[in-house]
Amino acid sequence: MATLTTNDLLLPALFAPFGLALLAVPFERALGRWSARLLAALVAGLFVAFLTFVPGVTDGEVYTASLGWAPALDLAFTLRLDGLALLFALLITGIGALVLYYGGDYLSSTAARGRFFLFLLLFLGSMLGIVLSDNLVALFVFWELTSITSFMLIGFEHTRQSARDAAQQALIVTGMGGLALLAGLVLLGIHGGAWEVSALAEPGAIDSESAMVLAAFWCVAAGAFTKSAQFPFHSWLPAAMAAPTPVSAYLHSATMVKAGVFLLARMHPVLGDVAAWGWALPIVGGVTMVVTAVIAIHQTDLKRILAYSTVSALGTMTFLIGLGTPFAMKAVIVFILAHALYKAALFMVAGTIDHETGTRDRTVLGGLRHAMPVTAVAAVLAGISMAGLPPAAGFLAKETLFAAAVEEPLIVLLAGAVLITGALTLVAVAMVVAGPFFGPVRETPRHGHEGTPGLWFPPVLLAVLGIIGGLLTPLGASVLTPPVESVYGAAVDVSLSFWHGVDVVLILSIVAISAGIAGYWQLAMVQRLLPVARANGDAAFHGYLEGLGFVAVVHTRLIQNGSLRRYIAIVMLALAAAGLGMLLWQDGFATPAYESVGLEVFAVAALLMVTSIAAAVTRSRLRAVAFVGAAGFGIALLFVLFSAPDIAMTQVLVDILIVVLFVAVFRHLPTTARSIPSRLIRLRDAAIAVAAGVTMTALTWTVLTVDRSQDVSTYFMESAYPLGQGRNVVNTILVDFRALDTLGEIVVLAVAAVGIIAVLRLRPEDDAPANQSSGIETGETS
Amino acid sequence: VNSLVLRTAARFLISLLLVFALFLLLRGHDEPGGGFVAGLVAAASVVLFSMAYDVPSARRFLRVDPRRLIWIGLLIAIGSGIPGMFTGDPFLTGQWADIEFGAVGTLHVGTPLLFDLGVFLVVVGVAVTLALTMAEE
Repeated sequence: MATLTTNDLLLPALFAPFGLALLAVPFERALGRWSARLLAALVAGLFVAFLTFVPGVTDGEVYTASLGWAPALDLAFTLRLDGLALLFALLITGIGALVLYYGGDYLSSTAARGRFFLFLLLFLGSMLGIVLSDNLVALFVFWELTSITSFMLIGFEHTRQSARDAAQQALIVTGMGGLALLAGLVLLGIHGGAWEVSALAEPGAIDSESAMVLAAFWCVAAGAFTKSAQFPFHSWLPAAMAAPTPVSAYLHSATMVKAGVFLLARMHPVLGDVAAWGWALPIVGGVTMVVTAVIAIHQTDLKRILAYSTVSALGTMTFLIGLGTPFAMKAVIVFILAHALYKAALFMVAGTIDHETGTRDRTVLGGLRHAMPVTAVAAVLAGISMAGLPPAAGFLAKETLFAAAVEEPLIVLLAGAVLITGALTLVAVAMVVAGPFFGPVRETPRHGHEGTPGLWFPPVLLAVLGIIGGLLTPLGASVLTPPVESVYGAAVDVSLSFWHGVDVVLILSIVAISAGIAGYWQLAMVQRLLPVARANGDAAFHGYLEGLGFVAVVHTRLIQNGSLRRYIAIVMLALAAAGLGMLLWQDGFATPAYESVGLEVFAVAALLMVTSIAAAVTRSRLRAVAFVGAAGFGIALLFVLFSAPDIAMTQVLVDILIVVLFVAVFRHLPTTARSIPSRLIRLRDAAIAVAAGVTMTALTWTVLTVDRSQDVSTYFMESAYPLGQGRNVVNTILVDFRALDTLGEIVVLAVAAVGIIAVLRLRPEDDAPANQSSGIETGETS
Repeated sequence: VNSLVLRTAARFLISLLLVFALFLLLRGHDEPGGGFVAGLVAAASVVLFSMAYDVPSARRFLRVDPRRLIWIGLLIAIGSGIPGMFTGDPFLTGQWADIEFGAVGTLHVGTPLLFDLGVFLVVVGVAVTLALTMAEE
């Protein structure tokens, strides 16, 4: 049904926000407040670029782009713009531009603005990456990037403990979900033999009955549920309201939390036939939808009311995707669109109220329509959409939602859940819109007045679009066909209208609206009737954190007690156990045929043995180190004899530096001679040493019996010059064939250096130096 | 340590060691050598200086903070992987070019040398940082 077209615009469009992010701080330094308008205009340009795809996508075209990533691993960076991706890309760039504009006026200090633009643009790019990626690995990378940028944005006011805690909670919850998602995607890739979502969605690519696909489903669902704050993982989202309001409007209502819903929608053609899909999603989504709608009406903070109603909306979306019928898919797409418009607008309204009056507590706000008339218009229009009243987009979304619910066999249960949620949502709308803007004027910390254009224009635009969108949708429903079809995985007839005649859907709608109005009128009674569900993930989360801390303490005392001796003993024993175990139970010990070697090899071997034994028995520290160094030189000689000059050189230099470092450290040790441990301890240490030595000898001997005619060194010998353009095979391996490994190693080296500097430089002043540095020699006294 | 012999010898040895390090770095791709060994030799020369004189003079002799060398080296190593991406190859694919010097000959250079330079700087930075920090304690 879809025609594929390669498009060169997709890759630059995806990387543009990352490029802009790098420019954000310099822009803000140079232009101040105007930088917000410039960045918003640039992102709006991106929005227009995506708009140009609309006619093509409506005609059933799908645009793709691809970039080589790691061809050796069969990994390509593939992008795919279909109806669903385009819908999200438009929401991300469009609302992103407005949030940048809004944030520029909302945040007052320069430093805060620069940082805000930087993180927001990085987030915007990552979010675009999620919706455009066809490749599973790319999808996962962008998924994690949104978790990290979200962490930065929630903890934006990092001097506040509550913001840091909220950021940490969000990162841990979504991060754990991310790990589950990784496992799920890898399982899918292995099972389906392909790493592109589009390939896995082909009929027959996935066996929905297999246990592996079931496991993959649960892992993917865990990722989606945590990201979209589904029950019982929902509590991180209200906590994330610690972020500045522009962030909440963008990440925690319009975009990031919808990533989980997006993932489920994307995976529906792949995993929709798994039996668990049909019950797990409706149950989790349905419970979330109802429970959080109840919690929402108990809140007094405007942002928290909106946060809980967002979770409720996300639950509704999960519920609909779980139903999986064409009607449900139609409802979810209309709902995603309508919700993004009205919820972002209402968050901005809440932020403007907070910014202008100094409070977000609904119980002290009232009559603001006189002081802030434009903001009031935005609030009312967005509220109409959220309440599901005609002619807003939210009305169409709710009608389709009811229609999807009543065609299910469990009509009473489902319609009941949807009805309660609808009524409670209306109560929440009234609490956010009617309370603060209507009624008598109340005293607030600051005297409210209309904010700068940046504070009222974006919410007004979004709210108006919600109404216009509702009015136009019945005429142009064909625009919504491609996203619905990408979610459903087959052709769907999408038509929407305001009037279906008097049917059960209309009756449900009227009941929900009347119940909602009655509910707000008798709010106190409703709050008493519906107690706050105490069952949330917070306690479990904090228990988990405490448990983790406890395990870390026990683990550290057991294994990382600071005694270098014990570390070496554990490493050596583990080596002996693993090595000998493998030889005894798996591969078997073998003796190689004797190859004659020159007399000089025996001489070096003798030198090695003498120096090693001397190092072990001498009583002077300095002598012990000198002997160890001499043994190192002996090993270097062996490398020379067996024609590995590179390694020999490295060995010599490392040995020199080690001796120098030892001598530097010795100055801090007590000058007394090496203490002699008891006979028992010496015997024990000797036994450990012998075990390690025997293991290495046995392993080396066995390795020598392996047939090496076909091994990897032959390949490197042959291709070092033609491919690596070097005659030194070792070096071509290090800097060319295995350059990525080397890069990893030098990064580790650098990180280790940072750690060592920290240990040496940052120790507490009052600690006796002898205690700190004595781990080398006297850490263990047992 | 306050030895006139060591100081006099160090003056000659250090320059010799540094030239040797450069030599090892440049020839590493074809003959024994390479960034890692060259880095250790260069680090050894700085350590020798610190033993002949003292740590502050060694730091002055080095002119740059050795910790800075670590991240500069990392940036160079990562940067050496980027040219390959412009030709459609994966990250870190070696790119080679022959530069003609008329009668003198041709110079065969490539991004792996740049990568090796990054390794060299990281190794010098880490080894010198550790040695000098410990000696300062």
